[in-house]
Parts: sequence; structure tokens; C-alpha cells
Amino acid sequence: MSNLIDIAALTDIPKRGARVVKTGHGCVAIFRTIGDRVFAIDDACPHKNGSLSEGIVHGNAVTCPLHNWVIDLESGQTQGGEEGSVSTYEITVKDGRILLDTTSLQK
Amino acid sequence: MTQKLVVIGAGMASGRMLEELVDLAPDAYDLTLFGAEPHGNYNRIMLSPVLAGETPWQEIITHDADWYHTNNVTCRFGEDVVKIDRKQKQVISAGGVTDYDKLVIATGSASFFIPVAGKDLPGVVGFRDYGDVEKMLAAAQKPEGRAVIIGGGLLGLEAAAGLHEQGMDVTVLHLMGHLMERQLDPAAGYLLQKELESRGIKVVCRAHTRAILGKDHVEAVVLEDDTIIAADLVVMAAGIRPETRIATDAGLHVERGIVVDDAMATSDPDIMAVGECVEHNETVYGLVAPLYDMAKVLARTLVNQAASFVPPMVSTKLKVTGVELFSVGDFCEGDDREEIVFRDPSRGVYKRLILENDRIIGVVMYGDTADSSWFFAKLKSADDISEIRDTLIYGPAFQGGEAHDPLAFIAAMSGDTEICGCNGVCKGIIVSAINAGAHDLAAIKATTKASASCGSCAGALEQVLAVTLGDDYAASTPQPVCGCTRLTHEEIRQEIKSKALKSIPAVMQECGWTTSCGCATCRPALNYYMIAEWPLEYVDDSQSRFVNERNHANIQKDGTYSVLPRMWGGMTTPDELRAIADAADKYNVPAVKVTGGQRIDLLGIQREDLPSVWADLNAAGLVSGHAYSKGLRTVKTCVGTDFCRFGTQDSTGLGIKLEKILWGSWTPHKVKLAVSGCPRNCSEATCKDVGIICVDGGYEVSVAGAAGMELLETQPLAKVTTEQEVIDLTVAFIQLYREHARYLDRPYKWVAKVGMGWVRERVVDDLQERAELCERFEISQSVYRKDPWAEQAKPEYEQSKWAPLADLILEAAE
Repeated sequence: MSNLIDIAALTDIPKRGARVVKTGHGCVAIFRTIGDRVFAIDDACPHKNGSLSEGIVHGNAVTCPLHNWVIDLESGQTQGGEEGSVSTYEITVKDGRILLDTTSLQK
Repeated sequence: MTQKLVVIGAGMASGRMLEELVDLAPDAYDLTLFGAEPHGNYNRIMLSPVLAGETPWQEIITHDADWYHTNNVTCRFGEDVVKIDRKQKQVISAGGVTDYDKLVIATGSASFFIPVAGKDLPGVVGFRDYGDVEKMLAAAQKPEGRAVIIGGGLLGLEAAAGLHEQGMDVTVLHLMGHLMERQLDPAAGYLLQKELESRGIKVVCRAHTRAILGKDHVEAVVLEDDTIIAADLVVMAAGIRPETRIATDAGLHVERGIVVDDAMATSDPDIMAVGECVEHNETVYGLVAPLYDMAKVLARTLVNQAASFVPPMVSTKLKVTGVELFSVGDFCEGDDREEIVFRDPSRGVYKRLILENDRIIGVVMYGDTADSSWFFAKLKSADDISEIRDTLIYGPAFQGGEAHDPLAFIAAMSGDTEICGCNGVCKGIIVSAINAGAHDLAAIKATTKASASCGSCAGALEQVLAVTLGDDYAASTPQPVCGCTRLTHEEIRQEIKSKALKSIPAVMQECGWTTSCGCATCRPALNYYMIAEWPLEYVDDSQSRFVNERNHANIQKDGTYSVLPRMWGGMTTPDELRAIADAADKYNVPAVKVTGGQRIDLLGIQREDLPSVWADLNAAGLVSGHAYSKGLRTVKTCVGTDFCRFGTQDSTGLGIKLEKILWGSWTPHKVKLAVSGCPRNCSEATCKDVGIICVDGGYEVSVAGAAGMELLETQPLAKVTTEQEVIDLTVAFIQLYREHARYLDRPYKWVAKVGMGWVRERVVDDLQERAELCERFEISQSVYRKDPWAEQAKPEYEQSKWAPLADLILEAAE
């Protein structure tokens, strides 16, 4: 059972950028890629909790601003030989609005 | 009035002489350069690799239009000088009459065309200049074309190998009993002939050419023994003759060449000569090292410094890929001479040392020349070799019983051992250049000139790099910017300029990026290059900025930020201090710190508080200190004449002026300045990117210091008398750095690559260039000299950037 919440317009996030949604489980970073794909992952790098929403977004990945770990936005997996992963959340865009599935954020 | 210097001939000797001259005294002469060829000075020695298709023509040009322009040389290329009028002190050329005060004849030499019938037929060429190479390459276009080379010396064999590479059927005709008889003994000549024949090049020794046959174009060469060899191209490589006609006509003393004294003056004291056209002590020179030495001497003569030419010992290497050959010194047999010979016929190796009084006087090596520089060094230093005679021929590896390791040999070499023979650069100079940051061949070439001519010492330079850098060596080969591209930073900056690429996507498209939108390494670099190149047109891409520059504050390890307002020249007021204290209270700032750059840092501010902290500080007149940027950070000062009893100038005032001019500018990496009011140097100016020390009557401006992971004292740029000159020099230096440095290279790293001389030429010596640099900086500052905090604290940013996209905690509570 999904629980989609309209959180913002797609254009509220810059291309190759991110912004955060505050939740009871901490901040979730919402990314928009150059091709207008949207991803939602925890806003904390598995390395030292760096704010991933402040990283440089390239392709479907983000580079953490603290120590340059690269995280794949689709899988939440770290790339380039580092061990670790972050949680990902279901998210879609419909009629220019971003819809986040908050099922796993509500417990 | 400035004296007029006219130079006839734009070859290697004249090019080097001009370089030396503008280095010594850039404004001593009004310079005019005549060249018979339609282009400027280039590296003639490298025509052979151009012919073989191994090196592009563009790479061997040593002086481009920019260089002549920068150094105010009036170029008259493609214009023959027909006469010198010594009475009127004029040269007469196709374009008219040109006056001179001093004249330099550097007409070089011409290919010697053996006097046989048919030598003037189309299809018969010399091998002297790029025009000849173009003709040869055109002839090589013909399928199954046949070339005959007359002359089996250095030049003839390089032409033969090049044309063979280009697919021609090549025959070498040589008058003497073995190839390269001036450099090689018969045994080495024989090995060389065998090697060339195994490649498919035909060699005929003792070949006496009787005539060249053909109606409208060369068709064949006929020898004295009636042998006929068909040919579509005949290359005359039977030697060169000094080009002295113009000097003879002018009544100068000419023998085989134009006779010069030790200072390079001819029989007319206002006329000098240099290069292959001269004769010095009854000797004519054709290799580059002595010509460069002459050029140095002549440049000094022209500025009235005493200098005299001493012929250097020269060695020869054949630039034919895959042929290892080395020869130096005297190798004729004689009663008082002994020799040591090593032969390994199956490997095709031959080494011969000629000894006289237990000293090496000649070396011939074929097939394995790895030890050549060791033997050459022993020859030049005239070492007594009697102790090591038994193993001498086996080279340095056997002199201590150690295993053969070329790196160990290079490591053991003394600092004054010469590595680049063409330019006379010894190991010590190269090691200092590497230690100063020249970490690849190109940088060593730019800073020391080593390998800038024939390039045959490039391998040895690589070894010096390997020995000096140790484990860091692997990284010294040209590195692309990142995994998204194969191009280096320098190549990309070049593409941006030459193709007028004005956006990051345009660069990625044109330069073949392999990723859709780059990565965290290349994007900030490209964004900077765009800003630097197109300040008025390009719009900063904040998504290609590192977090600190995007948020105009420094991110801390816990995700909070530090906020640091600017304090001009380190000066502040009670009101400013109150505003800072109030902000610290209001936003519960956990730490307040005085920094090394004479300012106050507020640490531990929450991201969402940034715009309001800025607004509060702005209200008190404080602006961003850019403590987070690759741009101007601080100008540290001492109190100067205002209060200090030792101060010689108003260092504080000058620091503030500089900071007001420079603030907001983006640079390849951060830039820090300091101004000290006296040589006691309380503001520690001598480890900054730009450091100014006030002295009685003026200012000493020095640049390229470092006090981070590396510690380097600044290098003097210039000593000047006015504040305005200090400001202009500083701005011009920073603009030159902005335009040329690789992103994330501090000035000291960049200067190590381009050389301090290169920087001084542009910033100090060339007043026009200095003014243009300042002007370009000002154009850029018309956009960037502003406070980003004021901008970022506006309400529209508050909503779209600093606030969260949504707050599900609040929504849940409602």
C-alpha cells in the first residue's frame, strides 16, 4: 500500500541539484537530475553523515561534500570501492508535481 | 632614441639570440626580423620527425605570432634581403629600405647541390627548411614513388628514413666508403647500413653521381659506372654551405663563412653574425649546441656585456626511430692513440672508445647507447680511466660491481653533469625545476629549455623525474582532468578559447565528454574556466560549485557552517565588533575564533540561519570575507607608518586598497596577500601568493610563496616606487594566473610550471601586456566585485534555497 504525498513542484528543485524534506526519521534529500529524473534518499552519507543534498549531482549520482564519496541515487549504494549504502524512497513526478511515498517514513 | 636592430634570417640561432636579448634587456632595441621563409623561427632539427610523420609541424614552431607581438619584434617574413648598404646603414629588401644601428646576419646555410647536369630540374630538392619537407611529402603522395637521396650523412639518412616511412622506395647514394663517415668509424657505419637495408632502404656506397636525368621533371640518376636509378624525387643531402652571399657583396671579410671574432662581430663593428653562416677560428658549425652558445654571446655583445664564444664539445645522435647511434669526439686512429672495442654481432652492438694518455677522447656507439652520457661525461671531464680500464667499456654498471640500473646511474650523476646537450642544461638545474613543481616533461621543457631542441634527452629527463619524484612519478605523465575526458586542463582551456565555447554543455559536447554531465571533479573546473574566459557573458552555474562556494559559507564536519565577515586589511571598529558579538549571541554560535588572516570567524551556524546572520552583519556594513572561496581571501597587513616606529610606508592603507580592488574575484585556487610596512615583515608577506614589503623609497613585490603542505618563500617580481605600480603589478599577476593556471593550482604551483621568467616578461617587462591584464581583470570585476551575502539573503532565496522543500513533521503535527 503506497502513501503518496505531494511535496513540491518539480521546478522547486534546480536541475543537477537537491533539496531536503524534513521527516520524523531525519532529512530526506530529493534530487533532480539533468534528465529530470527524481530520487529520494536519506540526507546522510554512510561515511560521516555528510549532507548529500549539498553534494554535486552528476548523472544519477551525487558526490558527498565532506569527503567525496559517490552515492548512486537509484540504488543508494556507494560507488568506487567504498562500503556502504543509504535508504532510498519511492518517488514519482506527475503533472509537474513531486509525489513522495512516505509509507516507510511514518512508523 | 631606441637603437634599431635589424636581424636577417629567422632560424634557430637568431631565434635563440632574440630570446636571450629580450631577457637581458627587453627595451634595448627596436627589433626588425627578416626571414626568407614565409613563417617565423622553428626548430629545424625536428624537420626529420615531421617528415617521418611522427611529429606535427605545429609542434616544432618555437616562436609564434604572439611571441613576436609580445616582444615588439617587427616581422618581415617571406621577404628576401637583397643588399646591405654599410655606408647608409640600411638593408634593402623587396619591401624597401630599412635603417639599422646594429645589424645581425643570421642567414644560416643552404643545401649544397652537387654540380652535375640536371641538378636544377623540378623534383630535385634540398633538405633544409619546411618548404623542402612539404615538397618531399607531396612527392611521397605518388603511389610507389621512388626517391634517391644523394648523401649518406646525418641529414641524408634522416631524409631516407622519413621518406621510407612515408611509403617511398628509397635509395641512398653515398660518395664515401661508409655511411656517416664524419661521425662513425667503418664498423659502426657498416652496422647502420645493414640496419637500414633490413628495413628496405637501398644503400650504395662509393657512388659517384654523374648526372640527373629528366625532361621537365627528374626521372633518374645516373652514376659514373653507368648504373641508372629511376627517381621521382632526388634529395640533395651532400652537405651544407654557409649562406654568405649578402656579406660578400657588402664587402665583409668572408672565408668559408662570415668571419667573426669571439664576440660575434664581423669585420664591420656594427654588423654581427651568428649561426651556421659564420666562421670562427677557421671553423664552421652545423650542430645546434654551438649555435646556441653563439646566440648567447651575441645577445650579450649587443647589450655591451663582455662575452666570448668558446666552442663546446658536441655529440651526435641520429634521429631515426629504432636506430641507436651515438658519436662524439675524435675517433681517427693514430700512433699515440689506443682503443677499446666491444662487439656483439648477433645483437648488432658495437662500442668503441678512443683513448689518449689514459683519457677518453672519442666515443662511437651503435645498437646500445644507454651508457653514452656516462662516457660523454668522462670525455668532457678528461677523467683518468687507467684504474677502471679493464671494465670501462662495460659502462657505469660494472664500475662498482652493482647490477645495471639506469636509474641508479642517473641518481649517482653529479649535479653538473650535462643532460641536454643542445641547450647546455645540467642535472642540477633540472632537479631544482622538478623540486619547484615542474612534474612533467612539458613543464621541465618550459622552465629549463631541456629537451626543447632535438628532444633526444627526453628519456634521460624522464629518468631524472623518476629518481627525483620517487613514488610520485607515476602521476607525472599528463593527466586528464578526470575520468569523463581524455583531455588535460591545459588542452581544455585551449579549446574553450579557440572554439569560443561559452557553456559547460558546449565544452562537454566539443571535447567529447563520456558522461552526461561530468562529475564533481570536472564541473567546478569548467565553471571556473567559463567565468575566467567569458566574465560578461557566462552565468555562474551554482550547481557546479562545491558546497562552500554555493552556500557562501564553510561547511563543518557536523553539517553546520562558519561565517566570516571581511575586515579590510585586518582593520575593524567597535561597531563592527558589536555586530559580530550580537550575531554570536543571537544565533547561539558555539565558537568565535580569531583567524590567521586577521578576521573573526563564527563557527557552528545552522544552515537555515545563514541568510538572517548575513542580513544582520550586512546591516552593520559587514560583507562576505570569502573565507570559503577559490578567490581572494585576505590581505594581511601590519600597522605601517600609522603607528609603528619602524614603518616606512602606509602598509595598512595599501592593503585595504588592494583588498577593495581584488575582493570577489574568482581564481583557480585561493589567493592570499600580505603587506608589511618594513623588512621586519610582521605580516609575514614572504610566504603569501603575493607579498609586498615596504622599504624606504619603495615597495618590493614578490609572488608565489606557500605556507601550507609545502613551504616556499616568495620569489621577487619587481621593486617599484609607487603604490599604483604595486597595485598594477599585483592585479596583472593575479589576472595572468586566472587566465593560465590549472584549476586548483595555487600560484606557486603554476609559476613552477610556466617559469618565473615567463611571468616577469608579461607582468613586469611588457607594460602594454600589464595594462591589458589589468583591464581584463577590471572587466571581470565589474561583474564579480559585489557581496554575495547581500544577494543570498534576499527573500526569494530564503524560500527557494534555504528553506526545506517540505516539512513532514509539521504536517503530521497539524
